[in-house]
Amino acid sequence: MSEKQKVMMLGNAAIARGAYEAGVKVSAAYPGTPSTEVSENLVQYKDELYCEWSPNEKVATEVAIGASMAGVRSMCAMKHVGVNVASDPLYSFSYMGINGGFVLVAADDPGCYSSQNEQDSRMVARAAHVAVIEPSDSQEAKDFTKAAFEISEKYDTPVMLRTTTRLSHSQGMVTLEQRQDIPDKPYNRDISRNVMMPAMARARHIEVEKREKRLEEESCSLPINRVEMRDTSIGVITSGIPYQYVREALPEASVLKLGLVNPLPRKLIEDFAKKVDSLYIVEELDPVIELQVKSWGIKCTGKEIFTVQGEYSANMIRKAVAHADLGIESPAEVPARPPILCAGCPHRSVFTVLKKLKIHAAGDIGCYTLGTVPPLSVIDTVVCMGASISALHGMEKAKGKDYIKNWVAVIGDSTFMHTGINSLMNMFYNQATGTVLILDNSTTGMTGHQDHAATGKTLQGDIVPAISIYEMCKAIGIRSVTEVDAFDIETLEKVVKEEVQKDEVSVIITKSPCIMLGQKKITHKCASDPEKCKKCGMCLSPGCPALTKCEDGTIAIDDTLCTGCDLCKKLCKFDAIKDV
Amino acid sequence: MNTKNIMIVGVGGQGTVLASRLLGGIIMDGGYEVKISEVHGMAQRGGSVVTFVRYGDEVCEPIVEEGCADVLIAFERLEALRYAHFLKKDGVLIVNDQRMDPMPVVMGSATYPENIIEDLSKKYKVISVDAISKAKELGNAKVFNVIVLGIAAKHMDFTIEQWNAVIEREVKPKFVEINKTAFKEGFCGS
Repeated sequence: MSEKQKVMMLGNAAIARGAYEAGVKVSAAYPGTPSTEVSENLVQYKDELYCEWSPNEKVATEVAIGASMAGVRSMCAMKHVGVNVASDPLYSFSYMGINGGFVLVAADDPGCYSSQNEQDSRMVARAAHVAVIEPSDSQEAKDFTKAAFEISEKYDTPVMLRTTTRLSHSQGMVTLEQRQDIPDKPYNRDISRNVMMPAMARARHIEVEKREKRLEEESCSLPINRVEMRDTSIGVITSGIPYQYVREALPEASVLKLGLVNPLPRKLIEDFAKKVDSLYIVEELDPVIELQVKSWGIKCTGKEIFTVQGEYSANMIRKAVAHADLGIESPAEVPARPPILCAGCPHRSVFTVLKKLKIHAAGDIGCYTLGTVPPLSVIDTVVCMGASISALHGMEKAKGKDYIKNWVAVIGDSTFMHTGINSLMNMFYNQATGTVLILDNSTTGMTGHQDHAATGKTLQGDIVPAISIYEMCKAIGIRSVTEVDAFDIETLEKVVKEEVQKDEVSVIITKSPCIMLGQKKITHKCASDPEKCKKCGMCLSPGCPALTKCEDGTIAIDDTLCTGCDLCKKLCKFDAIKDV
Repeated sequence: MNTKNIMIVGVGGQGTVLASRLLGGIIMDGGYEVKISEVHGMAQRGGSVVTFVRYGDEVCEPIVEEGCADVLIAFERLEALRYAHFLKKDGVLIVNDQRMDPMPVVMGSATYPENIIEDLSKKYKVISVDAISKAKELGNAKVFNVIVLGIAAKHMDFTIEQWNAVIEREVKPKFVEINKTAFKEGFCGS
């Protein structure tokens, strides 16, 4: 590779490249859209660094903290809600300070493309007194990642590199550089920093305030905070991807582009505000910059005209600031096309059984969350990773064991390994009687098929002993643990009926690999026989995308989509679906 | 040059990613700045997907705004209708004449609109093609996306030699020939 090669890179790939060039030696993460590709790209450098999938974001963050304590540059990456899981170690580590540079990549999701909320990670970072850096394109994603490590080491602070879906999943051109040779720092026993007992924590709190003050003052001359003076009638303070929208919408406006968004460069902002006639703050999600600027008595306009919801665009800014009539046609009213479970997905088979039994499910985070919507409509509740099991437990404690005889918890294998295991221990310990279905498809599906501790393969591709979910449940002490083939709907129906009636905790592990893994050998496909079809619609009830209703009411099966899972064939009472 | 705005829309799993990779590759070869914005995660599971491609001397935002697309490449009719308002007045819509019913239509809670191509033709320059049949004739239904891309490429500024070079670079060796044939079918076909 030549020294100054230019390549197209996804924002997340550029972050990974930045970490590589910054000399990172250890990285840990749990997959989560839109952060997943950071680790998936970093692993290509495994000969020069170590990277792993950890079971959850708390563990990943602690792994990276340990590596920093040991004296090397380390990183962890997660989606915004993963930051919640990681916040316990993050808050403490902020007090402790770093040894090797430490960066936490937080990927926010304005617009909820693949998330359960639109929380703003900058708020967490402010509460934890962690510096925040925000790039606005792929080149900056790489460069700012390197800058984040410099700032981490110069100011003895963890740094959050904040990205959003639009940046993480956009490609732009990036100039590559060589990997820096960062010598390992020595480890020194220093309990005043590395053990957060009350006496030490009180002393460290003072240091945290001092470093934040120093960073705030010096940030006014940091090159990642940039003033672009043009016409002074309109001035905009912005950061991240909204900077690009501002440049499109208001090309003549003066801009203060912030690379460091916590702490804010107060003097720089005050000087900029004085030079422009009207000042706007353009930031997606929460008014993090705006509220601080207003608290300093600076007159500006922000969330009065810009929403706190969803993604921004240049047109949105044109309309809000310039009141421009853009003469845009309104979109046609068309049927929605929501995401659905794939043809051949084992979850569809499990939900078909639960639906037949009229069972309610406390659900969890993964592809199987799609079991909430028609035609399956089985899942009643989804909170966060692992909550299916604990929420079912809470329902039982609220209303008694008979109340949950027609309820189950439904959780995937990766989510079970993430935090579901804790909830199951709690059920057993506190004498619950609920039934937990672990939908084991041997992968982390929704995020694009990452391995985990129960698959037997690591991020770096090493084959390792797989943790047995069955044995783990048995080891907790649960007596009734049953493994069932997810497509064996007769057995599954019988087992579910039996287990929900029991006055003890039961676990049913439904097994069948995700169809997208390509492990299943497709031996045949299904086709319908219009002569035998009675047009009852039973085969359509699980919502398989390979099946469509013809104009005469009979069924057509798309042979390019069908995987021969036979679910429709099993549901047909008239023998109208056959193998081909 | 002014920034050129291209969109690729379709149903998750139809192969928008390869089409955008080929587009990105050729634009970079042409020496332009380019930004591409994609959809990953939940929306890929059979949902409506959209990819934005922008190129020119300088590109700021990675998305195409409503009313600004020069070329809209739609792999499915309903998706063409869903995103047609992104086209500028003299924009070109290239649509693969395929119907894929979304779940609300399958369940009977919504109706698939009739006469989509006829209606859109009244407002925009529409080029409709049954690319799946053409791809089946070539021996692989999956390359329909590259046929559609070939038609769209007529409205861009690159030669077939340049496109072939990108296909050779970006596609797995055993699929290079079929993709080059598919591209030529779209680019040179009537």
